Amino acid sequence: MYLLDNYWIHFAVFTVVIIAFVLTMVMGFIYIERRFLGFIQIRMGPNRTGPFGLLQPVADAIKVLLKEDIIPAKGDKLVFWLAPLVAFVPVFMIFAVVPFQRGALLADLNVGILYVVAVSSIIAVGVFMAGWSSNNKYSLVGAMRDVAQLVSYEIPLGLAILSVVLLAGSLSLTRIVEAQSIPFILLQPLGFLIFFIAALAEVNRTPFDLLEADSEIVAGFNIEYSGMKFAMFFLTEYCEALVLSALVTTLFLGGWRGPLLPPFLWFIIKVVAVFMFVAWIRATIPRLRIDQVMGFAWKGLLPLALINLLITALEVLVWKGTLPWLVIFLNIAIMAVLILFWSRFSRLGGGRVEV
Amino acid sequence: MLADFGLVALFLIVAIIFAVSTILIPVTLKYIRVVPKKPSAAKSSTYECGMTTIGKTWVQFNFRYYFYALLFVALDVLVLFLYPWAVGLRDLGLFAFVGMLIFIAIVIVGYIYAWRKRVLEWQ
Repeated sequence: MYLLDNYWIHFAVFTVVIIAFVLTMVMGFIYIERRFLGFIQIRMGPNRTGPFGLLQPVADAIKVLLKEDIIPAKGDKLVFWLAPLVAFVPVFMIFAVVPFQRGALLADLNVGILYVVAVSSIIAVGVFMAGWSSNNKYSLVGAMRDVAQLVSYEIPLGLAILSVVLLAGSLSLTRIVEAQSIPFILLQPLGFLIFFIAALAEVNRTPFDLLEADSEIVAGFNIEYSGMKFAMFFLTEYCEALVLSALVTTLFLGGWRGPLLPPFLWFIIKVVAVFMFVAWIRATIPRLRIDQVMGFAWKGLLPLALINLLITALEVLVWKGTLPWLVIFLNIAIMAVLILFWSRFSRLGGGRVEV
Repeated sequence: MLADFGLVALFLIVAIIFAVSTILIPVTLKYIRVVPKKPSAAKSSTYECGMTTIGKTWVQFNFRYYFYALLFVALDVLVLFLYPWAVGLRDLGLFAFVGMLIFIAIVIVGYIYAWRKRVLEWQ
């Protein structure tokens, strides 16, 4: 089942691989995001440190390591220290089940995707601990927003994942990739949209980055953090973006599958492509307001995800085994009709809200 | 299968060691005087854009997300029940589909009630 037979060698090799993968990809993502955003906004981005500014993440890491460690006098010190760990460890744990290619993953759990959903919701606890222990009003408001947002978007996220599980007939990420002779983004376009939007909200990327809205609550939950502890939250954020890209790749874009190039290279190419799309969204769409965010999850995404799930279940029952190509056009038509209908039906309040 | 969960548990230990050691690097650097340590009252006070904080942070306040949290519990349990159903639907057939339809309908009645009661609105 695995590439390496020996249990301990397998564990040692893949632990090192995962740590190396996460750290290099996060550094790459930080560079890509800043450089790519720079080009979108017609400026250079980081270009002084090393060739093309490639060493910028390294410089940032050294800077953050040498910063003074400031702990707020009125804060809860133990929780303040624990919060970055509680936030970082679960997001790191998710990579244990992400398959880089067939057999090349740490643990091929048969409940893979359920494990991902379960572990990823612990991150909110870390964020809330940070916001609460700082004893700062801005950070508390930011943390409250994060919990509310995570709670709201977890349901559409779960339902969108379920429609993939229905098609694949398994919770194991390896099996889900193996079931994608047609990438699920074609068979499941509405599911993909819902998953992508909900996952963006779960990892607090830009249209939903209310918990660190710089213009209203300065930096949100990590306002009192400095030095390495701040870097841990920064790392957590980019690890979450990496998880998002890896999950979109695995669930919808066919994972490691692809012609000519070796499988793990395809995986990395797809992950980077998805991340660049996320960075593009950051450059394009402005931040939403908290009531719009909540309303969009409960009135927009949740009913759509439920309808999509039931339609997918019917399709699976009608065509047992693999679905034919015809379904692609059917599903895209269904998606267009549903989105048009629902955007008329559910109005999210624009303009001012009286509080 | 248990061996796979063993791998995950071992990885958890590695992840905790990794995170703790990362966070302890500046602490050790502080002892060899690479990282500065010059605390002052202003530096460790609560940051509020230069203003002095008024009152406490840990107070009771109107928590608008309360109803969302209640609804979340009901619907998240629904999603959890759907996972085994989704894995086995191909073998279970139409009977399971209709059964789950009834189950979803029961939960959705509560959801529609909440919507009609304007719980989902920011008020």
